[in-house]
Amino acid sequence: MFFTYLGRELRRRARQASIIAIGLALGIGLVITVTALSSGVKSAQSEVLHSLYGQDTDITVTKPPASGSFFAGGGARFRFGSGGTGSRPKAGTKVTIDNLTSNGLGTLTSANVTSAAGLKNVAAAAGGLTLTDTKDSITIPSQSSSSGGGFGGGGGGGFGNFHPPTTMSVDGVDLSGDAAALGPLSSAKLASGRTLSASDANSDVVLLDSNYATSNKLKVGSTVTIAKTSFKVVGLVSQSASGNPPDAFIPLARAQALGTSAGKSLKGDVNTIYVAASSAQDITTVSKELSTLLPKTTVTNQNDLAKQLTGSVASASSLASNLGRWLAIAVLAAAFLLASLLTTSAVSRRVREFGTLKALGWTSRRIVGQVVGEAITIGVIGGAVGVGLGFLGSALVGHFSPTLTASVGSTTGSATPGGARTFTGGGGFPGSGGGGFAGGGGGGFPGGANRFRSALTSPTVHVHLSPAVSGDAIVAAVVLAIAGGLIAGMFGGWRAARLRPAAALARVE
Amino acid sequence: MYKLTGVTKDYPKGRGVVHALRGVDLAIDDGEWLAIQGPTGHGKSTLLQMLGALDHPTSGSIQFGDQGTDITQLRESQVTKLRAQSIGFIFQTFNLVPTLTAQENVEAALVPLRVPAAERRKRAAAALADVGLSDRARHLPSEMSGGQQQRTAIARALVKQPKVLLADEPTGNLDEGTRDEIIGLLENLWRDHQLTLVVVTHDSTVARRAQRLGIMQNGKLSIKQDTRRQAAGAPGSGLQQAPMSN
Repeated sequence: MFFTYLGRELRRRARQASIIAIGLALGIGLVITVTALSSGVKSAQSEVLHSLYGQDTDITVTKPPASGSFFAGGGARFRFGSGGTGSRPKAGTKVTIDNLTSNGLGTLTSANVTSAAGLKNVAAAAGGLTLTDTKDSITIPSQSSSSGGGFGGGGGGGFGNFHPPTTMSVDGVDLSGDAAALGPLSSAKLASGRTLSASDANSDVVLLDSNYATSNKLKVGSTVTIAKTSFKVVGLVSQSASGNPPDAFIPLARAQALGTSAGKSLKGDVNTIYVAASSAQDITTVSKELSTLLPKTTVTNQNDLAKQLTGSVASASSLASNLGRWLAIAVLAAAFLLASLLTTSAVSRRVREFGTLKALGWTSRRIVGQVVGEAITIGVIGGAVGVGLGFLGSALVGHFSPTLTASVGSTTGSATPGGARTFTGGGGFPGSGGGGFAGGGGGGFPGGANRFRSALTSPTVHVHLSPAVSGDAIVAAVVLAIAGGLIAGMFGGWRAARLRPAAALARVE
Repeated sequence: MYKLTGVTKDYPKGRGVVHALRGVDLAIDDGEWLAIQGPTGHGKSTLLQMLGALDHPTSGSIQFGDQGTDITQLRESQVTKLRAQSIGFIFQTFNLVPTLTAQENVEAALVPLRVPAAERRKRAAAALADVGLSDRARHLPSEMSGGQQQRTAIARALVKQPKVLLADEPTGNLDEGTRDEIIGLLENLWRDHQLTLVVVTHDSTVARRAQRLGIMQNGKLSIKQDTRRQAAGAPGSGLQQAPMSN
């Protein structure tokens, strides 16, 4: 009888039931779309952040470069004899340089990594070296063709046969135990060959970014020279282009052995510490503890980076979390209100009917149950339609939304490995410090200048917004639909229940 | 069946009070047919609502059944149960649920008694057969005439085999021919089922068929005619000797 009565009643007031269901469907569809959009924006943020950070890394610790060392040691240096004070080679001699250097970041020690790993609520910590390998070769010109007097002269001109150096960004990665799961390599996907393992710690093996390998015609089994040392390519990895990924990964110990910073060896040093907290709740606490443990360092976690995000990703995030959320709440509240009012109005028109049923011995509870049942059924229909609308809305947003851009802060050079990577790439050639060639000044190397400028304005990455409807969102929608029906039914039912049968029967319709 | 003592019912109206019942004393025997007449707004329907436990009196007691239970003292759930089991109602406007068929409307009276669905269908079909509506079982109220709707309402009232049948203007919305048909049906059912029947009516033709006639005037009830001792089981005979004016 319950379902017969319910079905017939809904059929009788099909138009009203449809209006209520459509109202709820719109509200729920909007909630799902906004939730999916929000989740899509979070994924986009996460993609940006992980590309800088590594998949499981919660916190990074870096150190600003020592004052005055910012450009020191960067790029290719030509030194002759010890300390660069040797005699000038003969004209026509071909000189080759290949340096692996750390730029834009100060150094931390391996002991710092051990201390960080020992902190409470730290699941794992790993050190890493973000370096740049710069190669160049020049032919020594005759004395008379040099414009500035000697080497290292200013004035921009330099050598007639001058050409820009080639650079390759290289990450030294810790391959031991839990540490291997942290840092940029953890977010890379193996495309071919094999990845690096703990047994490679002291081997001259390298993993190459697949794009870099393609553009340089390299493959698994090829050989790459880093700091004048031959490394065998054991695997290729694909990485998200959004985070300015490194071109190569080599074992940390080899990077420490070959790398230099401001002319000093990096043995026993790292320039980034990647930390995983035991749980998401511990990230803030661990960040504070790291700041205390390692003073004068920059401790950055995902929340900090998310706050620093600018560009359309941040705008989309703000849109989803502010306008979208409130719009969804407003529409949902309006739908609930509409459902409640229409249900109450429907009950008002059925007062005599309910009075008759009470006269027949129907309890108030049974009558309220009937009204609530009708309202919940409408809610569930609205919810089902709403889920469909949500999927449609999400698909439309995903289809028509433009590619989003994101920039992380404006001072990333000292804060994040990604920023640092951009700096080191840019800082390669101009003004290579001490002696040597390549007078820094004016027009020598436009490419470097451009990259430097781009580093100062922070890296801009492009990500596609892909709203995803999650199972949780669907469950929430169903709960909301039932809640909407329940609220509407309770209002109507309450009115029905409080009617005295005599009063209900006396009601003139 | 009933014993009413000093029953009053006051309704607030604006700043004043309407005294719908003013100290009604009445005893109704088991199996009796009582008709109540009187001008509109003088308390007939209010008295019927008190008998049907649809409302509480302002004061007084209403004893019901063999045990003499005072229904004014019962909790809401007990009153609801009493209505479900023992009291059948017939209304002037039939009050059928418009979305349910005749069969389902009749079944609705058995729902609160938790009668299993199969038995419910069987009993409802039998009740509709009793009122001559077997062929209309699947019709909605809107597809039936007034007389058929009232027959359905009568089947609904009787399907639970109540002790009491309370009818409020049961022929008020019917033409003369249908009225006679319905009154004839009620009379037969009253006799066959040994019901206690209380009918509120404006219609003297209907009132004349009852064993006893009460007149409600300004909230007070006076019995004008009682034929029970003259011809037990022969309704209407006494009224012919002393016809009542409305």
